Amino acid sequence: MSALGDAFRYLNDPLNWTRPRGLLELFVEHLTISGVAVGAAALIALPIAIALGHTGRGGGFTVALSNVSRAVPTLALLTVFAVTPIGFGNEATTIALTLFAIPPILTNTYVGFREVDRDILEAAGAMGMSPLQLVFKVELPLAVPAIMTGLRTSAVQVVATATLAALVGGGGLGVPIALGFGQQNEGLVLAGALLVALLALLVEGVLVLLSRLVSPSSGRVSVRRRRRVAAEPL
Amino acid sequence: MTLLATDAPNPWFSTSYLESNYETILSALREHVILTVVSVALGVIVAFPLAVLARRSRGLSAAILGGSTIVYTIPSLAMFAFLFPFLGLTIELVIVGLALYSLVILVRNFLAGLQGVPAEAREAALGMGYGPGRMLFQVEIPMALPTFFAGLRIATVSTVALATVGVIVGYGGLGNVLISGFNNNFFRAPIAAASVLTVLLALALDLILAVTARLLTPWSRGRASV
Repeated sequence: MSALGDAFRYLNDPLNWTRPRGLLELFVEHLTISGVAVGAAALIALPIAIALGHTGRGGGFTVALSNVSRAVPTLALLTVFAVTPIGFGNEATTIALTLFAIPPILTNTYVGFREVDRDILEAAGAMGMSPLQLVFKVELPLAVPAIMTGLRTSAVQVVATATLAALVGGGGLGVPIALGFGQQNEGLVLAGALLVALLALLVEGVLVLLSRLVSPSSGRVSVRRRRRVAAEPL
Repeated sequence: MTLLATDAPNPWFSTSYLESNYETILSALREHVILTVVSVALGVIVAFPLAVLARRSRGLSAAILGGSTIVYTIPSLAMFAFLFPFLGLTIELVIVGLALYSLVILVRNFLAGLQGVPAEAREAALGMGYGPGRMLFQVEIPMALPTFFAGLRIATVSTVALATVGVIVGYGGLGNVLISGFNNNFFRAPIAAASVLTVLLALALDLILAVTARLLTPWSRGRASV
């Protein structure tokens, strides 16, 4: 197929990577935006989810949040941001993506904490553990597979969504796709799509490996069996 | 650029905009509904036989679940881009792309629903002389309906949100209105109207499906099917 040939020819030209606003720069930009967004979302969501999960409050709130966030199109949020003082560009994209990265982390962490066996908590309490020790020495380690699922869902979602920023004047790897569609250049469109899809699959794969590494010995099973909460294609 | 955005009055909600553009908005809304309904319907038509097949063999179900994870991970813009050489700048491109995503959500839920049918119910039906066809349509599908509908609701809501991205090929329903506002000097009225309508459409379709599920499965009213 000639479009695929054009795509590989485009990707094979070093100048397309190294020139200003070339693929390399867009790639770094894409990863930076995504990384900052997921990091910020984790900083916001984890303490809230741990507090809610430990006390068992706000279950309805977290479920409602993840349901509502599914109904709000990312493109709408990016466009709305663009016409507020936040404006468009990489900072606005990062803020919008942070908002979208929060619900999966929040919900999965909350569920992870709530799913900790009540008997274990009772035993730990009977051994004289303080509430703080319960959180950090019992609940948190046992909830690690769920937390990692949340982080992975968020990260994959954010990497995917970051491509949409190109539709509203932002950067990242969506730029070649949007440009290619504008010029009806099939090769350019495919080249961008291949890079974005590979990046998303790579992030998913790396995080699956990472969650196996950091999970307790039984984590391997529970990571694979756990259903994603609030995952959605973007 | 910032000058243009701040010089003229640029209200979020403008009745004069809505009055003079309601035909554009209505046709965008109509396109959005068509995109969503056709894509999800296609997804259901393909997902159902796949789920029934996948249940028969462990290898097949692993392959389908693995494949669906990969499809799920591909960003929508990239998905539309992959289809572009085959389908060009057409509404079919958006529909096929959206149908693929809903298919992925649906096949997982359909499979989970069928696998969740208690063995006792199956055995009882078998003992009463049910053949495989009657077993599927009169025992298994009714029992799996709550899970089916849970998947259908997720697929529909995310398809409504995702359809906006179709603007990249000119068929994004309300996404067209959204981006046209952005491209017209950051005109806020169309952006706000399209955003609100998209969310409302998602919630309305979700409500319709939730009510349908309740009517079809009166026995499961006590249990919540999110």
